[in-house]
Amino acid sequence: MTAERDGAPDRPDGSDRPAPVLAELYQELILEHYKRPRNKGELEDADVEMHLMNTSCGDEVRLQLRLEGGVIRDARHMGNGCSISQASVSMMSDLLKGKTIPESIELAQRFTDMMHGDPVAAREKRMGALRALAGVSQYPVRVKCALLGWDALLQALKKIGGEEEEEHGTGGSEGRDR
Amino acid sequence: MSMDVASGPGTLRPPAPASAAGATLDLEWVRAQFPALQQDVQGHRLVYLDSAATAQRPRQVMSAIVDFYESDNANVHRGLHELARRATERYEAARTTVASFLGAAEAAEVVFVRGTTEAVNLVAASWGGANLRPGDEIVVTVLEHHSNLVPWQLVAQRTGAVLRSVDIDDDGRLRLEELDAMLAGGRVRLVAVGHISNALGTVNPVRSIVERAHAAGALVFVDGAQGAAHAQVDVAALGCDFYAFSGHKLGGPMGIGALWGRRSLLEAMPPWQGGGEMIARVELQRSTYAELPHKFEAGTPNVADAVGLAAAIDFLRALPPGAAAAHEAALMAYALECLPAVPGLRIIGPRTIEGRVAVFSLELEGVHPHDLATILDSRGVAIRAGHHCAQLLMRRLGVPATARASCYIYTTTDEIDRLAEGLELARKMFA
Repeated sequence: MTAERDGAPDRPDGSDRPAPVLAELYQELILEHYKRPRNKGELEDADVEMHLMNTSCGDEVRLQLRLEGGVIRDARHMGNGCSISQASVSMMSDLLKGKTIPESIELAQRFTDMMHGDPVAAREKRMGALRALAGVSQYPVRVKCALLGWDALLQALKKIGGEEEEEHGTGGSEGRDR
Repeated sequence: MSMDVASGPGTLRPPAPASAAGATLDLEWVRAQFPALQQDVQGHRLVYLDSAATAQRPRQVMSAIVDFYESDNANVHRGLHELARRATERYEAARTTVASFLGAAEAAEVVFVRGTTEAVNLVAASWGGANLRPGDEIVVTVLEHHSNLVPWQLVAQRTGAVLRSVDIDDDGRLRLEELDAMLAGGRVRLVAVGHISNALGTVNPVRSIVERAHAAGALVFVDGAQGAAHAQVDVAALGCDFYAFSGHKLGGPMGIGALWGRRSLLEAMPPWQGGGEMIARVELQRSTYAELPHKFEAGTPNVADAVGLAAAIDFLRALPPGAAAAHEAALMAYALECLPAVPGLRIIGPRTIEGRVAVFSLELEGVHPHDLATILDSRGVAIRAGHHCAQLLMRRLGVPATARASCYIYTTTDEIDRLAEGLELARKMFA
């Protein structure tokens, strides 16, 4: 529990937890990405697409990726949701370009760690603009908003992985050394 | 709270306490009965505007439950000892209280259930399972909560019946001409409609719907989850065939509610769940069933919470007659005037106090409902953001979600001001 980590008394209602500061959640950079999302739109030549919905709140994201030789060359997103989910997917789409699949998975893992309160992840340079979202970890009910785009990414990458495995099973050996 | 109390929409404050009026709520006293309201959240006095999800409970309800467990706890019916007698007496007295609260002809027509959802499932499975044939139609509305939709879907899938839905106009009111057209087809067996929309606060014209449905030979099931909390319910006056509500929406405990049904219908319906309490004579291959209402109450019932529900009803009925309704009308008039003053704010649903209750779906331009809820929460103002278990309605309105502020008898105009201040803060943050 957050309360324990903060060394505050572990009250089930969390009422003794210091109140998170709103300004830490709604950083300027987040609002900026929300109002002017990067890479919003559609890819004509996407290699993989993933549409995810948060059924409890109605947020949705459609993520498209274009890859070349195992490297993400382009990422676009559509959908709608709160500032946290939209800023997160906007920042993510910027950072993914030029990353390999393992690098993208690693980034998703570190972002997830940050959302679960890992202070080290929140200081890592490679997190770039995403560090502005560190404050979300103080709002447990909003963490799923921030992770929606990343869940879409991981599922999209899994889909690619699955297709590759199928190729391996039926076809030649060229993919094996990837 | 009844909607038919006239109130000047121009008054911004509830009428000043005047003993002669007899219909004023002593708001300070009312609020003092609700322990959960006496707390600070995030450094601010709590403003609880999520009563449509669940209301807070007056201490009288908690006391009744504790008292039951401390003094009379025993399993009900058949027990031959003193505590079993007392427990049975309190349980059945609670049923009588619910029956009179609903205007039911007799207590035997009241079945205790977990809540409205269970009641819909009971009627859909029992009545629907026994009576629906392929091609029969069940009519719902686009305003329905998922709990007054999905159980009907399930029984339609099982029986081959067809679900149809009545649309709303731009003000969030049902388009009855659509209902008429559906009824004219002659295949509608049942109309399932909410008394009051949980998302928009619209009060549906149940009596008129009943008249139309009955004229076409269809029954009417009323989801009273919000209705029982905001309206004076009288099933005889409404003329409906089933009415269901949840205790926790009107200040009672969670996990208890009631289904009222006409005796003739309930008697003809097969049991829903099997077990103890609901049987008369049991043999290996078949059994005969208990009389109403026990036929529909398999297993040990939720006695303590039934007692708590009766205490909540007693609490409401002890308020000066008409006072709660007058209070709600004044709150609505205040909110409908002061909320739209926030730039970019839109109230989705009826914009006049007629035919609505103090449940407001809000849209603030440029601010997503979730962000709004978080920002308001940081000021101690509790609202709900999301689809409000009404995805059909959200799709119809063309919005993914709304922010909903819902009031109850303890809500004050000062709290509406706090809401408006929070909305203003959100607007500035996202400007």
